[in-house]
Amino acid sequence: MSAILPPSDRLWWKQPIAGVEWAWIGIAFVWGMIMFGMMLYWHIFGKQNLSNEVYKTTPEMFAAKAEKFIAENTIRTETDQQIPVVKIPAGGEGYLIARLWNWYPILELEAGKEVKIHLSSMDYNHGFSLQPVNINIQVIPGYEHVVRMTPTKAGTYAIVCNEYCGIGHHSMLGRIYVK
Amino acid sequence: MATTYRTCPISGLQFENHAEKLMRWNAVAGVLWLLVGGITALLVILTRWPAIKLLPADQFYTILTAHGIDMLILWILFFEMAVLYFASSTLLRCRLATPKVAWLGFWLMVVGGIMTNVAIYQGSSSVMFTSYVPMQAAPHFYLGIILVAVGALLGTAVFFGTLVVAKRDKTYTGSLPLVVFGALTAAIIATFTILAGAGILIPTFFWSVGLIKEIDAQLYRMVWWGLGHSSQQINVAAHVSIWYLIAAVVFGAKPLSEKVSRGAFLLYILFLQLASAHHLLSDPGMSAEWKVLNTSYFMYFAVMASMIHGFTVPGAVEAAQRRKGFTNGLFEWLRKAPWGNPVFSGMFISLVSFGFLGGISGVVLGTEQINMLMHNTFYVPGHFHTTVVTGTTLAFMAITYLLVPVLFRREMILPKLCQIQPYLFGISMSVLGLVMMGAGTLGVSRRHWDMAFSGAPFQYEWPGAAYLMMGLTGIFGVIAVIGGGLWILLVVGSLLFGKKLEGGKVSDKPTPIPPNTQAASAVAHGDDHVGVPGTVVLAGLLFVCFVLYYFVNWKYLSEVWLLS
Repeated sequence: MSAILPPSDRLWWKQPIAGVEWAWIGIAFVWGMIMFGMMLYWHIFGKQNLSNEVYKTTPEMFAAKAEKFIAENTIRTETDQQIPVVKIPAGGEGYLIARLWNWYPILELEAGKEVKIHLSSMDYNHGFSLQPVNINIQVIPGYEHVVRMTPTKAGTYAIVCNEYCGIGHHSMLGRIYVK
Repeated sequence: MATTYRTCPISGLQFENHAEKLMRWNAVAGVLWLLVGGITALLVILTRWPAIKLLPADQFYTILTAHGIDMLILWILFFEMAVLYFASSTLLRCRLATPKVAWLGFWLMVVGGIMTNVAIYQGSSSVMFTSYVPMQAAPHFYLGIILVAVGALLGTAVFFGTLVVAKRDKTYTGSLPLVVFGALTAAIIATFTILAGAGILIPTFFWSVGLIKEIDAQLYRMVWWGLGHSSQQINVAAHVSIWYLIAAVVFGAKPLSEKVSRGAFLLYILFLQLASAHHLLSDPGMSAEWKVLNTSYFMYFAVMASMIHGFTVPGAVEAAQRRKGFTNGLFEWLRKAPWGNPVFSGMFISLVSFGFLGGISGVVLGTEQINMLMHNTFYVPGHFHTTVVTGTTLAFMAITYLLVPVLFRREMILPKLCQIQPYLFGISMSVLGLVMMGAGTLGVSRRHWDMAFSGAPFQYEWPGAAYLMMGLTGIFGVIAVIGGGLWILLVVGSLLFGKKLEGGKVSDKPTPIPPNTQAASAVAHGDDHVGVPGTVVLAGLLFVCFVLYYFVNWKYLSEVWLLS
């Protein structure tokens, strides 16, 4: 029962390591390096990397910028709640507010055209979960995250909130149109 | 303080009186929390099962908060305190250092655990296990967790002190046994973890009573996960130690190489703490460089350590079995293993499930860019139910089948059911983890009351497969709860009604571990070396699954919208 007794050989660190163990350690080490290298590789050559462009903000500052953007670019409103549908010009910048319990406004993008979406929360943590694409980004109050996105296919997409934000969390569903 | 030492006639283990009482109380408290956690598990499962949807939203979030706290903190920490006292006082055959401090720690944890649960069930603290600010819980929610943390820190200090006592009283010669070294790893990580927890929860407590105006939401997430994820690394170190312990007790297995296994534990101490990053990969506030370096535990050295343990634990079992003559083919050693012994079957299912499901999914989930496919989806709880449940909890269940006769001096009741339980629980929980990961891969959110989004201004219909996965989650979740409930029933039943066993000889002096005992000297390395071809095949299989699944996820990622 040696694993629960002191090593029988007091100089255990001088014992040789069997070849098969060395081989496995080598495989594990090389695999670790490959996985580490993959993340770096993807930063250089991959096309899906989360933006690092972030600014400190406050809910008031962010809301003011978002309201200005909405006022200037709204093309119509939808649903009983008159939620504005806002078209982001190609290469342009859009704002998306996360708050209890909605994503505001509805954004309209174009397939194959890159846009910069500014994301922030007015209150608690929220989770930007774009479905059915399945891209998930944490949205944190006080931080303005500028995410560059290029939709690949036209369609109607949902933004689910996937960070728990209180009793109405499940009703926090937003929408993005891609033309 | 006067004390006595009892030598168990079944196992030959020597229990010091104070340590024995503390182990019992901590283990029993842990089991009671597991019971509370298990009831909440059933309610959570029955609500997330779309066909049943048992609870209303407010109760669901309350129960889910309780489930996280009671399972991840209370059940596991109490049991780990028992493991630490066992690994120090019992395995080193010495008295426990400062039992009064250990009792103080125990009662602080009891009071803290109850306080936090009261806060949760009062309904004003449905903030989830993570309690991300600025969502605020009642002050006693935080205070309770702080008390638990302080109590656990005292227990950890007693463990360190006991190692000193053993060294000074010369109850063993040479180096610490491997299992104690593993427990020491767990205790070192625990110290870091608890300090990180204090670093964030104490200010958060002051914030909740109005003494601090604001806590940065991103900073909170970073420091909190120094508690939240690192505490799972305590569990990893603890349950890997238990795997080695069970291999040693059931098979008389010795480590393939002391140097390799200890080196792997050392890598845990050095690198596991970086895991806080795993939860921040899709956050705005950290740079890509920070994420890459930390999420890989500094270039995957801790993953390497787990892969090493994943090889050396079954390797140790195989070598021991082959020495006993089970040498036919690749797998006779495994076929002829005592599958009817729940101590072994529980340990082996824990090993396989943790490696193939929990380990692989964890590394994939913790890859910086791939994380965006899974962050906050149902994949995340799927992953950790195959690490902390089939890994840690199942290992704790397995060792309990050993501890009930030895520590509590009771025979296990209903041995047939004891045989079945690890399979029932381990397999259903593994399948549960898999289907949860399946639902998460399809995008289903974690911590979400209604996947039909009732009350939302729009509709979004999940793919049919997502509903199928959630239905299967319900079915296998219920089976897993039954498997867990059966274990509680068997353990509590045995403690109350099991046949009483002989306590063994009591002495007022410890009997030290004799130097070069038969058991120890029979295991000199080198000349009696046996090969472990079966383990090589198993490890190769793990590696192939790992590589394939890893690259499949890069393929998935390459198909989503372009992001930069």
